[in-house]
Formats: sequence, C-alpha cells, structure tokens
Amino acid sequence: MYEGVVQDLIDELGRLPGVGPKSAQRIAFHLLQADPADVRRLTEVLTVVREKVRFCERCFNVAEDTECRICLDVKRDQSFLCVVEEPKDVVAIERTREFRGRYHVLGGAISPIDGIGPDDLKITELVRRLGEEPIEEVILATNPNLNGEATATYLSRLLRTMGLRVTRLASGLPVGGDLEYADEVTLGRAFEGRRVVDA
Amino acid sequence: MATYRDVGIVLRTHKLGETDRIVTMLTRGRGKVRAVAKGVRRTKSRFGARLEPGMIVDLQCYEGRSLDTVTQAEMLAPYGEQLVRDYGAFTAATAMLETAERLSEEHEAVPQQFNLLAGALASLAHREHRPELVLDSYLLRSVSIAGWAPSFVDCAGCGAAGPHRAFNLASGGAVCYSCRTPGSAAPHQETFVLLAALLTGDWTVADASDDTARREGSGLVSAYVQWHLERGVRSLRLVDRSSSHLETTR
Ligand SMILES: [Zn+2]
Ligand SMILES: [Zn+2]
Repeated sequence: MYEGVVQDLIDELGRLPGVGPKSAQRIAFHLLQADPADVRRLTEVLTVVREKVRFCERCFNVAEDTECRICLDVKRDQSFLCVVEEPKDVVAIERTREFRGRYHVLGGAISPIDGIGPDDLKITELVRRLGEEPIEEVILATNPNLNGEATATYLSRLLRTMGLRVTRLASGLPVGGDLEYADEVTLGRAFEGRRVVDA
Repeated sequence: MATYRDVGIVLRTHKLGETDRIVTMLTRGRGKVRAVAKGVRRTKSRFGARLEPGMIVDLQCYEGRSLDTVTQAEMLAPYGEQLVRDYGAFTAATAMLETAERLSEEHEAVPQQFNLLAGALASLAHREHRPELVLDSYLLRSVSIAGWAPSFVDCAGCGAAGPHRAFNLASGGAVCYSCRTPGSAAPHQETFVLLAALLTGDWTVADASDDTARREGSGLVSAYVQWHLERGVRSLRLVDRSSSHLETTR
C-alpha cells in the first residue's frame, strides 16, 4: 500500500477494464514521473470527453452533438441498418468501407449470467426506429461469440414479423472472437457474404 | 510446471486484458477450474469457439498459483453453438451453467454433477424436450446431488406417505396436514406429479404435462433453488419461456 493519494490513483486505474493491480501500479508511477505538461493534457482530454462526448440520440454511437456524424451524414443510405454491440464495432466496420448505411448500437450483448437481458439493451429504441425510418434491411453484426449469437437469435425472432430483410454477417467470421479484432478484409467479406436469417 | 488433462464443460468466461479470457469450467476430474485462455478473443485464435460457454472440451492446462492456463482444447461436443440458435434453449442452458458454477468447488470433483450437466446440455441441444422442462429437471437433480433433495410425494417433514396438498420451501417440498405451516403453498396436484417426474427423470409424464403445471412447477423450482443458493441464480430471471410452443423432436 502507498500513501493516500498515490494509492487512490492506483485504485482508480485498477477499476478500468483490462487493468490489473500490477498494471495500475505501473501506470500510476509512469504518471508520477511523466512531464507535467503530458499529464495536464491527459487530464484535459478526460474532462472534455466526459463533458462533450455523449451518445447519439438516434443510434447510441458516441457523438459530439445530439446525433453522431454518421446519422447526420445525408449521403448515408437510410434503407440499411447495421446493429452492433458497442461503438468500437462501428469503428471496426467503418474501417472496411464496405457499409454505407446507418448503425444502431445496442450497448452490449444479452448475457443472462451477468444479469443482462433484452431489456437492458437499446432494443425498444431499435424497434421504434424500424417503425419510423425507411429501413429495408437490418444487418445483425453482433460479436461472433455465444452472447453475440444469442442476441442475434433473439433479434431475428423479434424482427421477423416486421416485414423487412434481416441478415447476419457471413459465418466466414471465426466464431469465438470479438468483432473489433477482425481485420478489414475478413470483416468486409463477412459483409458481402451476409445471409438472410431464417428465424 | 505441472500440467494436467481433463474433460471440461465451459460454464462462463470473463474478459481479461486486451485479448484473453478467464474461462470457468466444470471438469470431470477436478471440479471447478478457472484458467486463462490467451489470445482467445482474437478472431484468428487457435482456440476458436471451443472455449465458449456450453462447449465440452478435452482440455490440457498447466497449473498456476491462482489461475491455470489452457494450453490445448479439443472440441468434444459443440453444444453451445447448437443451443444458441434457439433463444429459449440458450437461456435455459445459461441458467444451468450458472447453477453448476454455484454448486461446484475448485479441487472437488463431483462426477455426478458433471454427468448431469453434460446430459442436460445434450438433451437441450438435441431438442428432446421443451427447454424449460430440461432446465427444471436439471435444477431439481443438481440441488439433490448437492444434498438438498426435495420430496414431492411423501411428506418432507415426517415422511408420511403422500400425495399431500401443501408445499413448503423450508421443509423441502410436499408437507402433510400436520406438518404444514402458515405460508405453505397449495399447488395443483398435476404440478406435484410433474415435479416428481422431473426429479426422477420420468419424461413420459413430464412431456405430457400441461402448461399450468409447467408454469406453477417452474415457479416452485426457481424458489426452491434460490432458497438454497445464497444470492440466487441471476440468469433464472431471464429464462425465456415464450418459445415453448416450438415442437420438439419427440
Ligand atoms: Zn447516430
Ligand atoms: Zn408430515
């Protein structure tokens, strides 16, 4: 244990995802020894990010305004809607340049063992959008792991009565991994080869 | 470093660092095992989907101080992948996996629990019976193996021959007229018949049960499990029972 404020810093860092106690300690001491200007920049970014960045009111992607830049872009094709778990998946799919429609970010995947059910995700909001926007195809791009697949199963069952095309990324995506680690080529191919879900 | 080989059912996973996961498994030979699967979240991982919940794998690990590390995993039964196409079956399976995790201890092999879970997952994956019946049967039998066997015929209080009309959680099931306490439930007789069938694995009776008995039975089974397991089983609340109109293969 370290004195007061240093230990507080280690504790706070240790609460971040993927940071264990050892890494927290390493980062804390890095910050203590870093150039004060560097630390000041980090502090400013952290403050600004909390104040300025929020979630898009339409698709729940990160946004700097009430809507994100993709929803605001009139050149995007409104008839295609790609459903993803997290904002970082939007980034991964945008990198492929394969998709010109809009997104809907669920805020996670169904994971009953963690107490996360359909009501904890932005699914009601998705259904509302399908009623209000001229969407013809919904592409389910949840992670190719068990919880992502279960979420896709749930959504296809829910959406099949709504008279639109529901597709899932091609199974060429290796099962078990996270979408964010798929390379552009693989992910692009998965988009091209997406198949209609026969729920 | 000591290595070992075992058969394991993946119960759940937790993200670790950038691309790893901690995988919790129920093994046949050493009870609950928590092991790190390195790089498993990369889409090119050599483990593929083998360490996803509901999968049964032939496993090789080396022992660590707090966590073991998975070095090899060969797929024996891809139940997780088969279950995920039916949302009701998926949620039933998840509730079973969570219950198994809660009922098992590290370094304490209970082969009966292992076999029960493997059998129940296979039954769900093969659509042999309705998912909620498989789940309730699994729950009753797993808590029985853990030492909390309920009684649905004879009185759980004094052993008087049944059938009886009242049901009491604390007493452990059906109770006779003199053992019943205020707050005992009075389920339908068909519900007692169904629960007794699920406990013994009499599927002819269980499959023929009606919706009222199933609904009432599920409520009692959930309450019974939650009564014995502190903090409860979170995924039980999220079991989807709306797909029960689907036909099963038998
Ligand atoms: Zn948006
Ligand atoms: Zn009695």
